Amino acid sequence: MRQVHVHEVMQAVKEAVITANYELGADMVAAFERGQALEESPTGKEIFRQLLENARLAARERIPICQDCGLVVVFAELGQEVHLVGGDFNAAIQEGVRQGYKEGFLRKSLCHPLTRENTGDNTPAVIHLEIVPGEALKLSVVTKGGGSENASRVYLLKPAVGWAGIKEMVVATVQEAGAGTCPPIIVGVGIGGTFERAAILAKKSLLRDLRQANPDPELAALEAELLAAVNDLGIGPAGLGGRVTALGVHLLMQPCHIASLPVAVNLQCHAARHWEVIL
Amino acid sequence: MAKTVKLWPPLTEEMVIPLHIGDQVLINGVIYTARDAAHKRLLDLITAGLNLPFEVKGQILYYVGPSPARPGRVIGAAGPTTASRMDVYTPTLLQLGLKAMIGKGRRSPEVIAALQQYKAVYLGATGGAGALLSQCITAAEVVAFPELGPEAIYRLEVRDFPATVINDCQGQDLYEVGIRQFARCRS
Repeated sequence: MRQVHVHEVMQAVKEAVITANYELGADMVAAFERGQALEESPTGKEIFRQLLENARLAARERIPICQDCGLVVVFAELGQEVHLVGGDFNAAIQEGVRQGYKEGFLRKSLCHPLTRENTGDNTPAVIHLEIVPGEALKLSVVTKGGGSENASRVYLLKPAVGWAGIKEMVVATVQEAGAGTCPPIIVGVGIGGTFERAAILAKKSLLRDLRQANPDPELAALEAELLAAVNDLGIGPAGLGGRVTALGVHLLMQPCHIASLPVAVNLQCHAARHWEVIL
Repeated sequence: MAKTVKLWPPLTEEMVIPLHIGDQVLINGVIYTARDAAHKRLLDLITAGLNLPFEVKGQILYYVGPSPARPGRVIGAAGPTTASRMDVYTPTLLQLGLKAMIGKGRRSPEVIAALQQYKAVYLGATGGAGALLSQCITAAEVVAFPELGPEAIYRLEVRDFPATVINDCQGQDLYEVGIRQFARCRS
């Protein structure tokens, strides 16, 4: 059995939240460049120029890409041959967030839901743990902004509505979100499972590199259909009108109950910040 | 035809009325920040008949909660937050003479009507361009509610801060007009 010290987990999370907030992924930068070329609206082109400049400036001057440095969501894939030693795994993740947000000059954006009092250190992070074969620990650290999260939706549809009904709800979600969710966006869609599983699938789908196609060709075709429908809305960059409303639609699907059709739509703003580490 | 206008607050009705949707503005001078929690505090003060921490008349409110400044820097990232969360508080502030707000995303019909009634504008800045927009801020100082952390009210000094007129005094909405131009209907 391989041993991993929780201090390594803490360190990895700390570095991940800082890196994610300062360095936009190469897939996003490539998508902005492609968007700038594709966009027909002059205003939209200008927004892409600003986003590219923003990303360059953030990395060079060490200014967060966006002032909303996000709520941290950690997808942990823990190999079943790994033995975590040296302390509490959950506490190590929270400590990594605490130190990363302090040392990285990142905004602390978490509060008590009712009193709205800030927790002061951006904890607690939300952790999704999955036990997988092998002896590696993979941490996918997402710093998720509030604006696009607020516009996300879970629907428990009637099975009779089928694919057409799913498509309608995805498009309606993006339409309702409009400019507030910082387009150009990425649309994460989770279909199936249960009420909560659909939402986790939708969020997890956003981890995929934008340059990679869905490994399932049927899902890839459905993604392309949804992307075309979303871009027909004309919302465009910054919501000022244009061809490029979404840079991609990502889909994950699993079987559901015969009575159900859960569909979750997790919207991701263009400040799509995540960082993967394998320990 | 859209135009570019330099604005120096405090603003007057005469400065705001000629602004139309799509116009670019470059703001210079002092603006104030406020997000949800600060708005709630301001409205509580108004309800209690108490003085506000700054003169609202003629001012521009920027919906932003900046990230912390590194040592030696003025401010961290400072892009706009979603304006609709402030909709419920906005008409009262417009009645007191607030002349402009900077944010992102659609406003409610009530706010759009209040902009016409009280002669004020809603400006959009590029959401998510927090690093870029921070470059236009030359000074920042907390003037109220420091206990709110990123939600405190800051007095910012800005130089050529860029924004677009989204809702004007005529009740027009740039989001609607812009999207209509590019929306496609396929059946």
